[in-house]
Amino acid sequence: MIDVPTLLANGIAALAGPSAIFFALLAIGLNIHFGYTGLLNFGQIGFALVGGYGMGIAVRYFGLPLWSGVLVGILAGVALALLLGIPTLRLRADYLAIVTIAAAEILRLITRSTSMTNFSGGTQGLTGYGGSFRQLSPFDDGRFYEFFGVRFLGQDLWSICLGWTVVGLSLILVFLLVRSPWGRVLKAIREDEDAVKALGKNVFVYKMQALVLGGVFGAVGGIVFALTTQSLTPDFYSPPQTFFAYTALIVGGAGRVFGPVIGSMIFWFVLSITDTFLRQATAGRNPLISFIDSQDVGAIRFVLVGVALALLMMFRPQGIVGKRSEVLLDAR
Amino acid sequence: MRPPGPVRSPSGARSGNSGSTRWAGGLLRALLVALIASLIASAALLGLAAPALVAPALAAPQPPPTSPTPSQQALPEQAGLPVSGTLRNVDGMLLAGVRVQVLDANGQQVASTTSNTNGHWELTVPSPGQYTFRIDQQSLPRGVLVLQGEVVRKVVPGTLSLVVFRFGAQRESLQTSAGAEVLRVLVDGVRFGLIIGITGVGLSLIFGTTGLTNFAHGELVTIGAVLAWTLNVTFGLQLILATLLAIVAGAALGAANDLGIWRPMRRRRAGLIAQLVISIGLALVLRYVVLIYFGGRSESFADYTNQVERNYGFLSITDKDLATIVISLAVMVGIALLLQRTRIGKAMRAVSDNRDLAASSGINVERVVLFVWVLAGALAALGGVLFGLSELGGTVQYEMGFNLLLLMFAGVILGGLGTAYGALVGCLIVGVLVQVSAQVIPVDLKYLGGLAVLIVILVIKPQGLLGSRARIG
Amino acid sequence: MRDEDPRAVAATDPAMVPGEVAAQPGARKPDPVLVIDSITRSFGGLRAVDVAHLEFQRGWITGLIGPNGAGKTTLFNLLTGFDRPNTGHWTFDGMPLSRLAPHQVARRGVVRTFQLTKALAKLTVLDNMRLAAPKQTGERLFGALLSTWGQQERANTHQAMELLTRFQLDTRADDLAGSLSGGQRKLLEMARALMMDPRVVMLDEPMAGVNPALTESLLQHVKALRDDGLTVVFVEHDMDVIRHISDWVVVMAQGRVIAEGRPEVLSSNKAVVDAYLGAHHDQALEFDAEGNPVGQTAVLVAEIESELEAAIEHGQDLSA
Repeated sequence: MIDVPTLLANGIAALAGPSAIFFALLAIGLNIHFGYTGLLNFGQIGFALVGGYGMGIAVRYFGLPLWSGVLVGILAGVALALLLGIPTLRLRADYLAIVTIAAAEILRLITRSTSMTNFSGGTQGLTGYGGSFRQLSPFDDGRFYEFFGVRFLGQDLWSICLGWTVVGLSLILVFLLVRSPWGRVLKAIREDEDAVKALGKNVFVYKMQALVLGGVFGAVGGIVFALTTQSLTPDFYSPPQTFFAYTALIVGGAGRVFGPVIGSMIFWFVLSITDTFLRQATAGRNPLISFIDSQDVGAIRFVLVGVALALLMMFRPQGIVGKRSEVLLDAR
Repeated sequence: MRPPGPVRSPSGARSGNSGSTRWAGGLLRALLVALIASLIASAALLGLAAPALVAPALAAPQPPPTSPTPSQQALPEQAGLPVSGTLRNVDGMLLAGVRVQVLDANGQQVASTTSNTNGHWELTVPSPGQYTFRIDQQSLPRGVLVLQGEVVRKVVPGTLSLVVFRFGAQRESLQTSAGAEVLRVLVDGVRFGLIIGITGVGLSLIFGTTGLTNFAHGELVTIGAVLAWTLNVTFGLQLILATLLAIVAGAALGAANDLGIWRPMRRRRAGLIAQLVISIGLALVLRYVVLIYFGGRSESFADYTNQVERNYGFLSITDKDLATIVISLAVMVGIALLLQRTRIGKAMRAVSDNRDLAASSGINVERVVLFVWVLAGALAALGGVLFGLSELGGTVQYEMGFNLLLLMFAGVILGGLGTAYGALVGCLIVGVLVQVSAQVIPVDLKYLGGLAVLIVILVIKPQGLLGSRARIG
Repeated sequence: MRDEDPRAVAATDPAMVPGEVAAQPGARKPDPVLVIDSITRSFGGLRAVDVAHLEFQRGWITGLIGPNGAGKTTLFNLLTGFDRPNTGHWTFDGMPLSRLAPHQVARRGVVRTFQLTKALAKLTVLDNMRLAAPKQTGERLFGALLSTWGQQERANTHQAMELLTRFQLDTRADDLAGSLSGGQRKLLEMARALMMDPRVVMLDEPMAGVNPALTESLLQHVKALRDDGLTVVFVEHDMDVIRHISDWVVVMAQGRVIAEGRPEVLSSNKAVVDAYLGAHHDQALEFDAEGNPVGQTAVLVAEIESELEAAIEHGQDLSA
């Protein structure tokens, strides 16, 4: 009844695929914010939005070449971080959380507004900006390539390769920074800002740098995802996405270099297996599980994410690779 | 904020027992007052309008809005495409025995029917396309004038099409004075602000007494509305009764929250940031459970959905909007009385102000917190129903609570997170701002005004208008 | 120009100075390192600090005492930039320090510790020390990636180990600071402050919460700071501690400086006694029929209880 090979194949495809890459980049950014500095940024999806749309609008509306578009997307992330950070970094954690969610929602509402249709495509979104990216692909778009029993379509494979390369480079950057004295200051800020101020460090500048850096990772995530899917739709960039990214981060272990990537891969693996399992179990005339509809499977996954997030925070906030002693999350 | 630590109570402290029965008495009294006031008010208003509110057994579902649902529910395909409507005169009278004709793009009649005693008519068109729907004016009852008797509609497969004809004398285009316009917007704003207020005050009090920023509060609103809808539509209960039951359920849900999750967390000394993230997990669970149960579309209540505005001289307003305002005001007055006059209310204010000091004066902090949750849950449920009725055109959607949550945060923070009066004031302001801004900026950006206010106030004066000067940063 | 001044010579020897310096609030000092003018800070309607003039002598250990609520920690916060005054300005070695941010104050050489130790518990002891080192280009974002900060790190580590040895914490260098005892954390904070190469060290209740056995050792360290040429200002409750090591004492009550002078002189100063015991110490206590305090007595009980609660919360030693 349950097709285990398909289950696993789907799972592996998910943990290696575009969603995992997207959330890995988002989570790497969140790791800088929350894991290392203690900033509660709940608007990370907003950074992905400005990154992806920055690139899309630059190419479609302003006619810039793709590489310029990518640069515009990254700069948009920087700008958003500065705009958000300058007035709000001195606020305490839960206020920052609320402001960042509000900011991300404002961005989404504006982007999807019918009044912005010429600019951003409104509710229908944007396409047709990523052609030159596709052309660079060394793989055959239509062919299937097989790895470990899992088949990938050529056109997806190119994006996946690019995506993981970006993730790898990001991890190297994070590793270097976190091991440095700069990273040490961040960790100290996470714990007690006043002590750090008393030691002669300008805490505001550090927090701002962390916000910008993490935001840039979010924007890059948005750019990579937009290139992968070749389409931008505003409602994709909604608050639950940030919550999922947090879940992925916490599962892997906040405050550790590999935490976000491990967490993201596991998150998507489990989500995909659950999805496939539930679909298989509720399909056909003699379903294994009869009280849920196969249409509900999508929503059930998110219920499970919510449960996982709550339970993690209650019982294992350090995630998989985190150290309990280092975990910020017990602090007030 | 810290949970109560080991504190000695002064030797002259009274034991908790005799105090609690007095609290219970005060609480009951205040709740009864608020409930009775709102019941009388709404019964009076709506009772007067009884004839117009004989609702059809099932309201026709609205076309699905573009909502980011993970699972889209498709409508069943039918042979021939259904089109229907209800014929209602401008004074609310249902028009029976009126012929409705359908002409296709070439002017050929393809179908016709007559409205039944409820004014309702139904027919099917053979295929998708553009059709003209026309009232046969000779079949109209005497004295009924038709304003718009011919409607051209494109019938699309997969949706239930509604056609609306308008009756009544031609209204001279009223030069609605600028004053009347302003009043209209203000009234809408106050109405919306009151709804945000009664739901937001619970959020503020939870923060004030426990330090928790409850991101799941919006889902309590949604669940209240969904429960009321279920009782109303699926079980056929009248909406007022359904709402009352939903309020009770909301109160129970609030209690369950506190007893099941937050009290154990406080006992374990869980950090406030951890609790915040837990509340987000809870919000996800509740939201998507609602989605599974309720579906991704907006669904209408069975009662009070199609109402006519009544003219009160300087203002035209529907009965349900007026009832919303009156009920919300009554509830607010009830809350204010609760906070000022009852023991439990004073205890709530004391715990909000300084928990340790309150505990050392003999107040049972955990009991006060439980009461706050019960109250917050009940208010959220009521707010959900009123929100759906008045702001969402009598519909319920699974995301309604989250949309309201951000505005609640805006209002509560504007007024001062942790205060009760501040929350009410702040939410009123946000409500008015949202409605006012809808006049100036594109309508689908309406909520933006509230969100922008939130950001601005946090930047300029984070403790809010009425908040204490505690360290915010 | 001060070098020629015979009083400058006198200034380095505290024993010679008493005759020169008046034992009055706001007295001028021969070589003040910190000069404070008209500083006020109000919270709502309450005046927390209201000091007309105050000078701290270079090279002395000055004790700042007073009952709870006297404004001592508030004054500390104001001076080190952690709070903004309503009015007033002050200078450090002639340089204005008034509107600087806390990290700027620290960088200029006025370093403070905190009443509740802020040893960064989740960092190691050594990392705590390295954090305080003033010279580390790796602490800048681009410096972390582009400069060779390794060498500076080694130099800083060397200096850190020297200080840790002096404070007998060298064996705990790689342990998390959170695993240290209360007294050891105080020592760590002091060592960390010294890493910054300060000229003025401001200690906020260094003995609070410390095991009495460790107090003597801490006091010796504080004295050693002075002997190294630093100026020390510290807040303290305990009159014994004050008498033991202070060269000069400033007494605050209700936001004002009510007395200054040599420590032995002050315990007989009526204003000081009144400030500590309250003017009510001659008043009869009142109770009602059930034995509950009423009237002024009730107010007094409430005050005492809230002080005790605050003390419990802050982890202070109640026997102090």
